[in-house]
Amino acid sequence: MRITCPYCGERDRREFYYRGAAVDLDRPAPDAGPEAWDDFVYLRDNPAGETRDLWYHEGGCGAWIVVTRNTLTHEISATEPASGGKR
Amino acid sequence: MCVDKLNAQTPCDGLLPLTIGTVSVTEVDPGAIHAVSAFQGQAKSLSEAMKAAHGMALPAPNRATGKSGARAVWFGPGQTMLIGPAPDPSLSAYAAVVDQSDAWAVVRLEGDGAEDVLARLVPVDLRPQNFKRGYTARTLLFHMTASITRVGEKAFQIMVFRSMATSLVNDLQRAMEGVAARG
Repeated sequence: MRITCPYCGERDRREFYYRGAAVDLDRPAPDAGPEAWDDFVYLRDNPAGETRDLWYHEGGCGAWIVVTRNTLTHEISATEPASGGKR
Repeated sequence: MCVDKLNAQTPCDGLLPLTIGTVSVTEVDPGAIHAVSAFQGQAKSLSEAMKAAHGMALPAPNRATGKSGARAVWFGPGQTMLIGPAPDPSLSAYAAVVDQSDAWAVVRLEGDGAEDVLARLVPVDLRPQNFKRGYTARTLLFHMTASITRVGEKAFQIMVFRSMATSLVNDLQRAMEGVAARG
Protein backbone atom coordinates (compact mmCIF):
# COMPACT_ATOMS: atom_id res chain seq x y z
CA MET A 1 0.00 0.00 0.00
CA ARG A 2 1.27 3.46 -0.92
CA ILE A 3 0.09 6.80 0.45
CA THR A 4 0.85 10.14 -1.19
CA CYS A 5 2.04 12.60 1.41
CA PRO A 6 1.07 16.14 0.31
CA TYR A 7 4.63 17.24 1.09
CA CYS A 8 6.90 14.24 0.42
CA GLY A 9 5.07 12.51 -2.44
CA GLU A 10 4.21 8.82 -2.71
CA ARG A 11 5.61 6.81 0.20
CA ASP A 12 5.45 3.31 1.60
CA ARG A 13 2.69 2.55 4.10
CA ARG A 14 5.25 1.67 6.81
CA GLU A 15 6.11 5.37 7.16
CA PHE A 16 2.55 6.16 8.31
CA TYR A 17 0.60 5.73 11.52
CA TYR A 18 -3.18 5.27 11.32
CA ARG A 19 -5.20 7.43 13.70
CA GLY A 20 -8.82 6.71 12.72
CA ALA A 21 -11.77 8.46 11.15
CA ALA A 22 -11.19 12.12 10.38
CA VAL A 23 -14.06 13.13 12.68
CA ASP A 24 -11.39 14.47 15.05
CA LEU A 25 -11.22 17.53 12.83
CA ASP A 26 -14.90 18.31 13.47
CA ARG A 27 -14.77 18.70 17.23
CA PRO A 28 -18.06 20.03 18.69
CA ALA A 29 -18.11 23.27 20.66
CA PRO A 30 -17.59 22.82 24.43
CA ASP A 31 -21.23 23.71 25.06
CA ALA A 32 -22.67 21.64 22.19
CA GLY A 33 -24.50 19.37 24.61
CA PRO A 34 -24.15 15.73 25.68
CA GLU A 35 -25.71 14.32 22.52
CA ALA A 36 -23.21 15.97 20.20
CA TRP A 37 -20.34 14.94 22.46
CA ASP A 38 -21.59 11.36 22.78
CA ASP A 39 -21.73 11.22 19.00
CA PHE A 40 -18.24 12.70 18.65
CA VAL A 41 -16.58 10.47 21.25
CA TYR A 42 -18.31 7.11 20.72
CA LEU A 43 -20.30 6.83 17.52
CA ARG A 44 -18.51 5.99 14.31
CA ASP A 45 -19.82 5.24 10.85
CA ASN A 46 -18.64 2.05 9.21
CA PRO A 47 -19.10 2.96 5.56
CA ALA A 48 -18.96 0.51 2.68
CA GLY A 49 -17.45 2.99 0.27
CA GLU A 50 -15.73 6.33 0.69
CA THR A 51 -14.26 7.19 4.09
CA ARG A 52 -11.94 9.88 5.42
CA ASP A 53 -9.11 8.85 7.74
CA LEU A 54 -6.40 10.66 9.65
CA TRP A 55 -2.90 9.36 9.04
CA TYR A 56 0.34 10.62 10.55
CA HIS A 57 3.52 10.69 8.48
CA GLU A 58 5.44 9.45 11.50
CA GLY A 59 8.43 8.00 9.68
CA GLY A 60 8.70 11.07 7.49
CA CYS A 61 7.90 14.76 7.62
CA GLY A 62 5.56 14.59 10.63
CA ALA A 63 2.48 15.91 8.82
CA TRP A 64 -1.06 14.88 9.72
CA ILE A 65 -2.86 13.88 6.54
CA VAL A 66 -6.53 13.42 5.66
CA VAL A 67 -6.75 10.36 3.41
CA THR A 68 -9.93 9.77 1.42
CA ARG A 69 -10.20 6.12 0.49
CA ASN A 70 -12.76 3.57 -0.59
CA THR A 71 -13.23 0.63 1.77
CA LEU A 72 -14.65 -1.52 -1.03
CA THR A 73 -11.93 -1.03 -3.63
CA HIS A 74 -9.03 0.13 -1.36
CA GLU A 75 -8.57 3.00 -3.80
CA ILE A 76 -7.13 6.19 -2.31
CA SER A 77 -8.73 9.12 -4.12
CA ALA A 78 -7.24 12.09 -2.27
CA THR A 79 -4.74 13.13 0.40
CA GLU A 80 -4.49 16.60 1.92
CA PRO A 81 -2.80 18.22 4.92
CA ALA A 82 -5.06 18.08 7.97
CA SER A 83 -3.89 21.60 8.81
CA GLY A 84 -5.68 22.91 5.73
CA GLY A 85 -3.23 25.09 3.83
CA LYS A 86 0.27 23.98 2.94
CA ARG A 87 3.13 25.48 4.87
CA MET B 1 33.54 14.91 41.72
CA CYS B 2 36.19 15.45 39.09
CA VAL B 3 34.09 17.59 36.79
CA ASP B 4 37.22 18.95 35.18
CA LYS B 5 37.98 15.50 33.74
CA LEU B 6 34.77 15.19 31.65
CA ASN B 7 35.48 14.98 27.95
CA ALA B 8 32.97 15.79 25.23
CA GLN B 9 32.34 12.87 22.88
CA THR B 10 30.84 12.91 19.42
CA PRO B 11 27.68 10.79 18.87
CA CYS B 12 29.55 8.12 16.88
CA ASP B 13 32.69 8.16 19.01
CA GLY B 14 34.39 4.76 18.79
CA LEU B 15 31.99 3.55 16.07
CA LEU B 16 33.31 5.26 12.93
CA PRO B 17 34.95 5.50 10.44
CA LEU B 18 34.00 2.30 8.68
CA THR B 19 34.86 1.08 5.18
CA ILE B 20 33.43 -2.11 3.67
CA GLY B 21 34.00 -2.85 0.01
CA THR B 22 33.68 0.38 -1.95
CA VAL B 23 31.49 2.22 0.57
CA SER B 24 32.60 4.13 3.63
CA VAL B 25 30.87 5.89 6.50
CA THR B 26 32.47 8.74 8.36
CA GLU B 27 31.18 10.91 11.14
CA VAL B 28 30.52 14.54 10.23
CA ASP B 29 31.18 17.35 12.66
CA PRO B 30 28.14 19.41 11.69
CA GLY B 31 28.87 22.51 13.75
CA ALA B 32 25.76 24.06 15.22
CA ILE B 33 22.32 22.64 14.41
CA HIS B 34 19.24 24.83 14.78
CA ALA B 35 15.60 24.17 13.92
CA VAL B 36 14.25 27.24 12.14
CA SER B 37 10.45 27.43 11.86
CA ALA B 38 8.94 30.48 10.19
CA PHE B 39 6.13 32.28 11.98
CA GLN B 40 2.77 32.30 10.18
CA GLY B 41 3.15 34.10 6.85
CA GLN B 42 6.82 34.96 7.42
CA ALA B 43 8.45 32.30 5.23
CA LYS B 44 9.36 34.81 2.50
CA SER B 45 10.92 37.33 4.89
CA LEU B 46 12.76 34.50 6.62
CA SER B 47 14.16 33.31 3.31
CA GLU B 48 15.41 36.84 2.56
CA ALA B 49 17.02 37.07 6.00
CA MET B 50 18.66 33.66 5.50
CA LYS B 51 20.04 34.79 2.15
CA ALA B 52 21.41 38.01 3.61
CA ALA B 53 22.91 36.42 6.73
CA HIS B 54 24.00 32.97 5.57
CA GLY B 55 24.04 33.13 1.78
CA MET B 56 21.32 30.54 1.22
CA ALA B 57 17.58 30.70 0.75
CA LEU B 58 15.03 28.73 2.72
CA PRO B 59 14.82 25.32 1.00
CA ALA B 60 11.63 24.16 -0.71
CA PRO B 61 10.06 20.92 0.57
CA ASN B 62 12.34 17.89 -0.06
CA ARG B 63 15.31 20.11 -0.89
CA ALA B 64 18.45 21.40 0.79
CA THR B 65 20.36 24.60 0.10
CA GLY B 66 23.89 25.71 0.92
CA LYS B 67 27.01 23.59 0.84
CA SER B 68 29.37 21.70 3.10
CA GLY B 69 29.86 23.64 6.33
CA ALA B 70 26.65 25.69 5.98
CA ARG B 71 23.49 23.92 4.92
CA ALA B 72 19.77 24.49 5.26
CA VAL B 73 17.89 21.19 5.08
CA TRP B 74 14.10 20.88 4.80
CA PHE B 75 12.96 18.87 7.81
CA GLY B 76 9.19 18.92 7.53
CA PRO B 77 6.27 21.27 6.84
CA GLY B 78 7.37 24.71 8.00
CA GLN B 79 10.62 23.43 9.48
CA THR B 80 14.18 23.83 8.28
CA MET B 81 17.38 22.69 9.96
CA LEU B 82 20.22 25.19 9.77
CA ILE B 83 23.41 23.16 9.98
CA GLY B 84 26.86 24.68 10.45
CA PRO B 85 26.80 28.36 11.33
CA ALA B 86 25.36 29.84 14.49
CA PRO B 87 22.08 31.43 13.38
CA ASP B 88 22.17 35.15 12.79
CA PRO B 89 20.03 37.05 15.35
CA SER B 90 18.06 38.61 12.46
CA LEU B 91 16.33 35.26 11.83
CA SER B 92 14.54 35.45 15.17
CA ALA B 93 12.31 38.25 13.88
CA TYR B 94 10.64 35.85 11.43
CA ALA B 95 11.09 32.41 12.93
CA ALA B 96 11.34 30.31 16.06
CA VAL B 97 14.99 29.28 16.29
CA VAL B 98 15.74 26.31 18.52
CA ASP B 99 19.22 24.99 19.28
CA GLN B 100 19.42 21.26 18.54
CA SER B 101 23.20 20.98 18.42
CA ASP B 102 24.42 17.68 19.87
CA ALA B 103 20.92 16.17 19.47
CA TRP B 104 21.73 14.55 16.12
CA ALA B 105 24.20 11.98 14.90
CA VAL B 106 25.40 13.11 11.47
CA VAL B 107 27.28 10.75 9.14
CA ARG B 108 28.42 10.76 5.53
CA LEU B 109 27.90 7.61 3.46
CA GLU B 110 30.05 7.66 0.36
CA GLY B 111 31.32 5.50 -2.47
CA ASP B 112 30.31 3.32 -5.40
CA GLY B 113 27.19 1.46 -4.34
CA ALA B 114 26.12 3.86 -1.60
CA GLU B 115 22.62 3.76 -3.15
CA ASP B 116 22.63 -0.04 -3.01
CA VAL B 117 23.40 0.11 0.71
CA LEU B 118 20.56 2.56 1.34
CA ALA B 119 18.20 0.56 -0.89
CA ARG B 120 18.38 -2.20 1.73
CA LEU B 121 17.29 0.15 4.49
CA VAL B 122 15.24 3.02 3.07
CA PRO B 123 11.78 2.75 1.41
CA VAL B 124 12.46 5.69 -0.93
CA ASP B 125 14.09 5.60 -4.37
CA LEU B 126 17.44 7.34 -3.84
CA ARG B 127 18.98 6.58 -7.25
CA PRO B 128 20.53 9.65 -8.89
CA GLN B 129 17.87 9.93 -11.60
CA ASN B 130 15.22 10.45 -8.90
CA PHE B 131 17.25 11.89 -6.05
CA LYS B 132 19.73 14.48 -7.29
CA ARG B 133 22.27 16.51 -5.38
CA GLY B 134 20.41 18.95 -3.13
CA TYR B 135 17.44 16.61 -2.69
CA THR B 136 16.52 15.58 0.83
CA ALA B 137 14.03 13.12 2.31
CA ARG B 138 12.51 12.62 5.74
CA THR B 139 12.02 8.89 5.80
CA LEU B 140 12.91 5.71 7.63
CA LEU B 141 16.32 4.12 7.80
CA PHE B 142 15.45 0.55 8.86
CA HIS B 143 13.40 1.33 12.02
CA MET B 144 14.69 4.86 12.63
CA THR B 145 13.29 8.15 11.46
CA ALA B 146 16.04 9.86 9.53
CA SER B 147 16.93 12.80 7.32
CA ILE B 148 18.79 11.78 4.18
CA THR B 149 20.32 14.37 1.85
CA ARG B 150 22.37 13.82 -1.30
CA VAL B 151 25.47 15.97 -0.85
CA GLY B 152 27.57 14.61 -3.70
CA GLU B 153 27.49 12.39 -6.77
CA LYS B 154 28.14 9.35 -4.59
CA ALA B 155 27.67 10.84 -1.14
CA PHE B 156 24.77 11.15 1.29
CA GLN B 157 24.41 12.96 4.58
CA ILE B 158 22.37 10.94 7.07
CA MET B 159 20.98 12.36 10.33
CA VAL B 160 19.31 10.36 13.11
CA PHE B 161 18.64 11.11 16.77
CA ARG B 162 21.88 11.01 18.73
CA SER B 163 20.53 8.19 20.91
CA MET B 164 20.24 6.05 17.74
CA ALA B 165 23.90 6.40 16.69
CA THR B 166 24.85 2.82 17.61
CA SER B 167 21.81 1.39 15.79
CA LEU B 168 22.55 3.55 12.76
CA VAL B 169 26.12 2.31 12.47
CA ASN B 170 25.01 -1.28 13.11
CA ASP B 171 22.32 -1.15 10.41
CA LEU B 172 24.60 0.56 7.89
CA GLN B 173 27.37 -1.95 8.57
CA ARG B 174 25.04 -4.92 8.02
CA ALA B 175 23.74 -3.47 4.76
CA MET B 176 27.28 -2.62 3.61
CA GLU B 177 28.43 -6.17 4.31
CA GLY B 178 25.48 -7.51 2.34
CA VAL B 179 26.23 -5.31 -0.65
CA ALA B 180 29.97 -6.07 -0.53
CA ALA B 181 29.29 -9.83 -0.34
CA ARG B 182 27.53 -9.68 -3.72
CA GLY B 183 30.78 -8.44 -5.27
